[in-house]
Amino acid sequence: MAELNEANTGAGAILSRDMRLIWRHRSDIVNPVIFYLIGITMLPLAIGTSKQLLGTVAPGMLWIMAMLATLLSLDALFRTDFEDGSLAQFQLSSQPLYLIVLYKVLAYWLSTGLPLTLMAPMLGLMLSLPADGYWALLLTLLPGTAILTLVGALGAALTVCLRSGGLVMTLIIMPLYLPVLIIGSSAVSSAVAGFGFDRELALLIAGLAIALIVMPPAIAGALKISTNQ
Amino acid sequence: MLASLSFNNISCERDERILFNNLSYECKSGTLLQVVGFNGAGKTTLLHTLCGLRQPATGQILWQAQDISLNPQLFKQSLFFLGHQTPVKGHLTVTENIQWLRSLHPAPSYTSIQQALIEVDLLAYADTHCHQLSAGQRRRVALSQLYLTQASLWVLDEPFTSIDKAGVAKLAQRLQQHTERGGIVVLTSHQPVELEHLQSLDLSRYQPSLEEHIAHG
Repeated sequence: MAELNEANTGAGAILSRDMRLIWRHRSDIVNPVIFYLIGITMLPLAIGTSKQLLGTVAPGMLWIMAMLATLLSLDALFRTDFEDGSLAQFQLSSQPLYLIVLYKVLAYWLSTGLPLTLMAPMLGLMLSLPADGYWALLLTLLPGTAILTLVGALGAALTVCLRSGGLVMTLIIMPLYLPVLIIGSSAVSSAVAGFGFDRELALLIAGLAIALIVMPPAIAGALKISTNQ
Repeated sequence: MLASLSFNNISCERDERILFNNLSYECKSGTLLQVVGFNGAGKTTLLHTLCGLRQPATGQILWQAQDISLNPQLFKQSLFFLGHQTPVKGHLTVTENIQWLRSLHPAPSYTSIQQALIEVDLLAYADTHCHQLSAGQRRRVALSQLYLTQASLWVLDEPFTSIDKAGVAKLAQRLQQHTERGGIVVLTSHQPVELEHLQSLDLSRYQPSLEEHIAHG
């Protein structure tokens, strides 16, 4: 019998539960990573291999594909928990729901946002991203994907009990994704052009701070509304 | 353990249809209450309302003479709920499932997980992934929480589903034990239940009359 880890109580146990589930379901979670890899690989084949052209579109393309990859399996974030009654257990837990939600989002980000961010410089190489852009790409995707995951989780929570909620979710959260996309890709572009990207990075980190405070209670509230049907 | 639970004139709606109204009932310490009614009468809705998962359309539910919506955090500490779904993940082992379910409630347990596994007859499966278990065994994984919880109000939706005869007897014994210690059990079941001092609350008696239907619609 497995040794019981008594210290592993509270909402933190949800993080280890979700990380275990994700790890044992690896085939699902490599999906976004493969999507990102294939999407970027196809680009030079479709628009040509001119170094100058690729270098110009690279910042935007790397950001757009990262955004879409984050979105890919996000609508299932709460679905299985809703279907097997785990969500009701979360709601009736003496742990606050927003904390449980935060750990679930963190587990999702660790398994998609983080690998996508770490992959991005390598893919940038394939698009011949100018050398100045690599740090900007890495540093802006890090808070950027975290914001995208937090905002996306709100959409997932709102549509958890809809049978085909994917499209509705995309429609709800797309407008909220736009500022992140605009700031993120312009940071990389301005780094490539030789200007600094401090301003954009500061904006993204501020955005992340706000999302971290606002989103977990909003997601918890959305889950309560959705399941109260 | 002293407990009191009362439904104070509550009514519930679903999709703008009244399921039942003016339901009042009082449970004292040691009550074992079975909610009965035809399919769609609102048994599950009543249990969800009782847990605070949804709001009653009118009326209030009092736990220890206090409205449950006033101090939900305190109420949740004395509540154990198991719905008709089984919150057990196929890709986690039996022990891992029990651990995360228990982690939701910080109250110290009076039996170890191993003890609970013996009670539900799953000790040999402690490290087995739950997708390899039968429906009844998965159900037992969830029910093992009954041996770990310190909650005084147990709300169980169809607890006997897919449990074998010996398991049902064991479960009934556990429920009886809980009420003897002063706890309250509210359950629904379509199987005949043989429990001593079982009270029954028939939801069909609280159906809205035809006039009320028309007035509402």
